[in-house]
Amino acid sequence: MSSINTESGSSSCHEGRTATPPHDHHAHHHDQAGNAGLHELIIEGAGCASCVGKIESALKAVPGVENAEMNFAQRTVSVTGNAEAADLVKAVEKAGYNAKLAAAESEDDALAEKEKADQAYYKRLMKETWIALSLGVPLMAYALITGEVNVNTTTERIAWLIVGILTFGVLYFSGKHFFVGAWKSFLNHSANMDTLIALGTGTAWLYSMVVIFFPAAVPEQARHVYFEATAIIIGLIDLGLALELKARGRTSEAIKRLIGLQAKSARVIRDDKELDIAIEQVLMDDVVRVRPGEKIPVDGDVIEGHTAIDESMLTGEPMPVEKAVGDSVAAGTINKTGSILFKATRVGKDTALAQIINMVKRAQNSKPPIGRLADVISAYFVPVVMIIAVISALVWLNFGPAPAVAFAIVSATTVLIIACPCALGLATPMSVMVGVGKAAEAGVLIRNGEALQTASKISAMILDKTGTITLGAPKVTDIVVAGEQDEDTILKLAATLESGSEHPLALAIVESAQEKDIETGKVSNFNAIAGHGVQAEVDGKNLLFGNEKLMRERNIGLGGFVEKAQTLASEAKTPIYFAVDNQLSAIIAVADPIKEDSIAAIKRLQHNGIRVVMLTGDNRATAKAVAEKVGIKEFFAEVLPEEKSKKVQELQMEGEVVGMTGDGINDAPALAIANVGFAIGTGTDVAIESADITLMRGSLHGLADAIAVSKATLRNIKQNLFGAFIYNVAGIPVAAGVLYPLLGMLMNPVIAGAAMAFSSLTVVTNANRLRFFKAQEH
Amino acid sequence: MLIINIVGVVLIALIVWWFWLYKPKEAALGENDLVITVENGTYSPSRIKVPAGESVELKFIRKDESPCSETLLIPALQISDTLPLNKLKSIQLPALKSGEYAFHCQMQMYRGQITVN
Repeated sequence: MSSINTESGSSSCHEGRTATPPHDHHAHHHDQAGNAGLHELIIEGAGCASCVGKIESALKAVPGVENAEMNFAQRTVSVTGNAEAADLVKAVEKAGYNAKLAAAESEDDALAEKEKADQAYYKRLMKETWIALSLGVPLMAYALITGEVNVNTTTERIAWLIVGILTFGVLYFSGKHFFVGAWKSFLNHSANMDTLIALGTGTAWLYSMVVIFFPAAVPEQARHVYFEATAIIIGLIDLGLALELKARGRTSEAIKRLIGLQAKSARVIRDDKELDIAIEQVLMDDVVRVRPGEKIPVDGDVIEGHTAIDESMLTGEPMPVEKAVGDSVAAGTINKTGSILFKATRVGKDTALAQIINMVKRAQNSKPPIGRLADVISAYFVPVVMIIAVISALVWLNFGPAPAVAFAIVSATTVLIIACPCALGLATPMSVMVGVGKAAEAGVLIRNGEALQTASKISAMILDKTGTITLGAPKVTDIVVAGEQDEDTILKLAATLESGSEHPLALAIVESAQEKDIETGKVSNFNAIAGHGVQAEVDGKNLLFGNEKLMRERNIGLGGFVEKAQTLASEAKTPIYFAVDNQLSAIIAVADPIKEDSIAAIKRLQHNGIRVVMLTGDNRATAKAVAEKVGIKEFFAEVLPEEKSKKVQELQMEGEVVGMTGDGINDAPALAIANVGFAIGTGTDVAIESADITLMRGSLHGLADAIAVSKATLRNIKQNLFGAFIYNVAGIPVAAGVLYPLLGMLMNPVIAGAAMAFSSLTVVTNANRLRFFKAQEH
Repeated sequence: MLIINIVGVVLIALIVWWFWLYKPKEAALGENDLVITVENGTYSPSRIKVPAGESVELKFIRKDESPCSETLLIPALQISDTLPLNKLKSIQLPALKSGEYAFHCQMQMYRGQITVN
């Protein structure tokens, strides 16, 4: 294989590149085989071919670089080896040019370029439409008014010959792309819409020319010309394409809005100097300054100052979020109140925003299973239509009334023109595009088309309690004193005891102590008793902290405090016994507050006929209390993390389509096994990998929103597919003339052209209706 | 009339053979740049041979303005990407097992196939 490399190493796409020394082939080969680090840089300011050598050698001098090859035509350099991208950029800058990472080429630029290209294409299509229609419409008017499209006399022949030549001009100026496309795909053994249009209009024009030149070859009644049909069909289809292009632009509004969130430049501090640089040039670990009212350019951690940041564009959460030193900030959000310095932790393609954009784009292009049948059909569609056209012509020639030739030509042409593979092919992707985008606007990230489709069928929703229904941040709610120590002493001892533990309940106690400015002491002989509690020595006292079972094992008298504990548990709190030197000192109750809108969101799910089930590792009493508070009838308590997926399967065996919602960390297996796994994102830290659907906002309303969007999208897809399917199934036979024996009518090719042009436009327009979808309430 | 009918049947047979039965030649993905051009309703070359068990890169350049051509899908690999107009776009393929993988545009009017062996 390496010999191929040497041969084609200087292929056309490397034009202008300086000759590569022989040893470089080896390096290149190494890259292919080992796939070592590869960086693409875009170079600015390289005006001459001689810059190439300079840039290449500057890059090769960077430690770790194996090879650097510049493509002068595209102003890009491919660098292989293990060097850091930042060092490469610096090396190029030192050589006197500007460089940026190609990977980070802004979405904004790409979008602007695409819009420019689309605009140019639209203008061209409209121009073509006008050329075609300005010949076709008067011709048709003439034909309709006079009824004279026959070719009998010499004068008529000459007049129509001139019209025929003009029509050829229309085919050339307005329809060239159909013919070139048809021919190219024919050579490639494939057929598409171009093939049908080129064949249809080509047949009509050729037949008309035959009538003019060899009138004797066709019966007298069949001496019609079809130039007006040819011109109008080309015009209408160009018009349809132009309008479709416009409508398509609207389907990607959501992604445009996301891309628009990206800042264009950033103010970084390098070598004690503040510089305004393009966002693509911000590197990891750069220190970035953001003033009030500015956008956060890249992801990072605050190192100085504090502020409130509006993250609503990413999370849908309307309230600004307070940020202080150590907190992370996300690209695309808006700094509201204070000036901050932060250190860049993720730049370019790695920022949360870039990942969200990427995920939405991928999802928008992926297809739900419902679209697969249409795909299978469209793969065979065009050749089948061609065969139907031939058959219908044969049937007319064999069995049709006079003039059979004219009928055969008209029916074949009409079949070719009316068949619309586009509508069928567009039906699914257009709706998915709009639906996924709409969901993203509501803070719901849908991974792919399959998740979208399944979400519309969810019949049961399992909710994890901690972090899903509740905030996931437990707080100390009660301290019931039972011994001689007062509350503060108890809290101090308990916090000291728990300061080494990472259990969420331990964190709650430590945080409560911190809130009261109670300092923790020193702990020794710490011992965690799995599933029961902890034990340690503090200030020479023997401390024991845990559940009832632990206390009983150690023979600690609980007296009437068991009932107190039960009362606390029934209020959705977790009571923990605290003993000092084998004497019960207190019951500390910890509770995880329920999210403000959980109750409303759960009601919304139930209202939509979804069976809501709660799972928790917590004890039964707490689980029951939470379930009652939020209105869930079915719940499972004391479920170990590894049992969660079993519960999902149990519901699936009952015939439910199960959605599982969790924080995505210890629920990963259950999320994976559920029909649709929902991960609750915490702010902007997107848990993209683990779930089918990610809710960027903590609120459970996202679940109902996600299901509502999927249902609306699926309904839209079905309408589109049905429409496109029926259109072809009904249109093609009518075009072939099945109604002729009954009603004596045959479809006009011009009508077929109009129908075809607007069928795909209809599909796109219907998909666009999804833009007006609104999630019910929040 | 007989002749016309025979011509018609032959025409149908030709359509079946040309579009379905005939297998065009495959272009091998050499080490250096094989660029797939997206133009006039086709990918060319449309049948690409790549080695098994190796991550390779396919390069596309779209010269076709039609919006249909801008999305590239490789459903079996869950790849979907946008091809910019007149710009080289690389698509990284993971190491693949032997077999055939279709790639196409959103509407399946542009079709191609990757053969891995």
